[in-house]
Amino acid sequence: MRSGHEAAEITANGIGKAYGDFHALRDISLTIGSGEFLTLLGPSGSGKSTFLMILAGFETPTSGTLSKNGADITAVPAEKRAFGMVFQGYALFPHMTVEQNIAFPLQVQRRTDADIKRSVDRIIDRVGLRGHEKKRPAGLSGGQQQRVALARALVFEPSVLLLDEPFSALDKNLRSSMQEEVRRLHQETGTTFVFVTHDQSEALALSTRIGIFNQGQLQQIGTPKDVYERPANRFVAEFLGDVNFLSLSSVKPTSDGAEGLFEGHPMRICAPGQSVSEHFAIRPEHMVMFEQAPAEGNMLKAEIGEITYLGAETRFGLKTPGGIDLVLQMPTREVKSAFQPGRQVWAGWPTNQGFFL
Amino acid sequence: MKSDRLKPALLLGPLVLFLGFAYLVPFLGVMQWSVTLPEPGFGQYGKAVTDPLIQSVFFRTFRICLIVTICAVAAAYAIAYVWVRGTPAQRLVTELCILIPFWISVLTRAFGWVALLSNRGLINTWLQATGIISEPLTMVRNEFGVVLGMMHFLIPFAVFPIASAMRSLDERVFLAARGMGASRLRIFWSIFVPMTMPGILGAGLMVFVFALGFFITPAILGGGRSVMIAELIYLRLFQSPDWGLGAAISVILMLIVGALLILMLRLVRPNKMLG
Repeated sequence: MRSGHEAAEITANGIGKAYGDFHALRDISLTIGSGEFLTLLGPSGSGKSTFLMILAGFETPTSGTLSKNGADITAVPAEKRAFGMVFQGYALFPHMTVEQNIAFPLQVQRRTDADIKRSVDRIIDRVGLRGHEKKRPAGLSGGQQQRVALARALVFEPSVLLLDEPFSALDKNLRSSMQEEVRRLHQETGTTFVFVTHDQSEALALSTRIGIFNQGQLQQIGTPKDVYERPANRFVAEFLGDVNFLSLSSVKPTSDGAEGLFEGHPMRICAPGQSVSEHFAIRPEHMVMFEQAPAEGNMLKAEIGEITYLGAETRFGLKTPGGIDLVLQMPTREVKSAFQPGRQVWAGWPTNQGFFL
Repeated sequence: MKSDRLKPALLLGPLVLFLGFAYLVPFLGVMQWSVTLPEPGFGQYGKAVTDPLIQSVFFRTFRICLIVTICAVAAAYAIAYVWVRGTPAQRLVTELCILIPFWISVLTRAFGWVALLSNRGLINTWLQATGIISEPLTMVRNEFGVVLGMMHFLIPFAVFPIASAMRSLDERVFLAARGMGASRLRIFWSIFVPMTMPGILGAGLMVFVFALGFFITPAILGGGRSVMIAELIYLRLFQSPDWGLGAAISVILMLIVGALLILMLRLVRPNKMLG
């Protein structure tokens, strides 16, 4: 059931926000495509929430412009933008019932009573709050309050939905079921979602694209696979997950990447379009552990150090003969009994894995 | 373990003893008078509820207290709003205006109002000098003066519970309403006022209960013409002297105040009010 949302495209051009000498945001330019699920990811204080507040119209940028479907909205106040927003802590009206909370934006828009009732009814079914209509927020669980906040923000069919760390107060199980819910609502409504989080796995799981913020600057924007496997810089690489850094010597560019040496082992890296350097990086789960040297691909010799059991995965600390510490992670079911601390093994990976920084 | 129990007892003990000797014992004495003077029985209670003069004083007291409560809470709401949500300079000025009256005695304040409002007072003199009025306005020795004087005393007490309710609000709730397109006026009436309602009710009940027992302010600003219940008790005890009747009216007043306090405690948790 696709409904009356008309998803909008938002373009930010050189957005900056300064508080005195402190620059909360510097020169942010990006386009949020119509119907996209864009996540703004970054540590606290990175500027991602400030950027969301500027998108919502609660903050005015000190430089740059913002446009919606090509029309400049930089000076349009929040109450005129008609974007939906879900706040951290939900910001429900505590003196109103679930139904009244959800009806509020429609009443503000002076819709007819019949229209309000129909829209509220439909969204209550959609977010699964049937039976809780007459309760007040204080009588609901965290997940139910979250659903009310989503329903209230979506009921007037906004062209953009903004979500500010909506899951930060939920426990892990509830969190993943709410993530599913949000993903489903995005597909059903087809509207543009802009989601702020500091949780990288949440960002990777939900988004069509991720914009990574640090110290007020946009570090990289791309699909989850892009930013995870081809991070633009060391910050992005480390923020999205663990990463091993290898310093290569005698690096020579080739037609589709580069060749070099690591502790005497030849390395061939197939990385079209990347700028080649001696700083090569590979993620722990992209390496495979062997008892004997593998027949092909890149490989290096190492000794097993600490082993950490993580359930589905197992994590190995490795030390190369040159004294470099590495981390390798593999599915627990593929761990062989021979992989014990002190054992000499080979870590290998296909030539198209890893990236230069 | 033993000292854990002893400590609160030591800290609270003096207060309990003081309240017992200063309030409970005398009050029990008053109760005893009400059923023994001039003869044993409940005759004085019968008189207190049937005497038309006493009834009219009770009625007037309730009317004045209701007017004072509504006006004082409305004024306190505006003051609390500026105190909590104003600019730093506005907050400082408001805070001083709330605190300074506490340093001036009730008596001084009542005479201050007389000096301001009487027929030859500042306001009438000025209005006559500028030719706005020819005859002085009667503003004291009537209910207007009593209401004004009582409001002035009670507003600061109403400000605290209201300000505490306003401070506890989550700013994001108002952002959320704004984001949905609600105007400032709409947010104020549909969100802000209902969310501060516990503070308003708490302040209202507190002001009403305080107002019921007012003595000096109505005695001076009412000038004997708009007698309230506390003044009536005083007259019965010290001028008639009709101790039994005065005591019976006291006990009735005490019961009404007690009932209102129970209502207040049920309506709002006290820690929320005093914040």
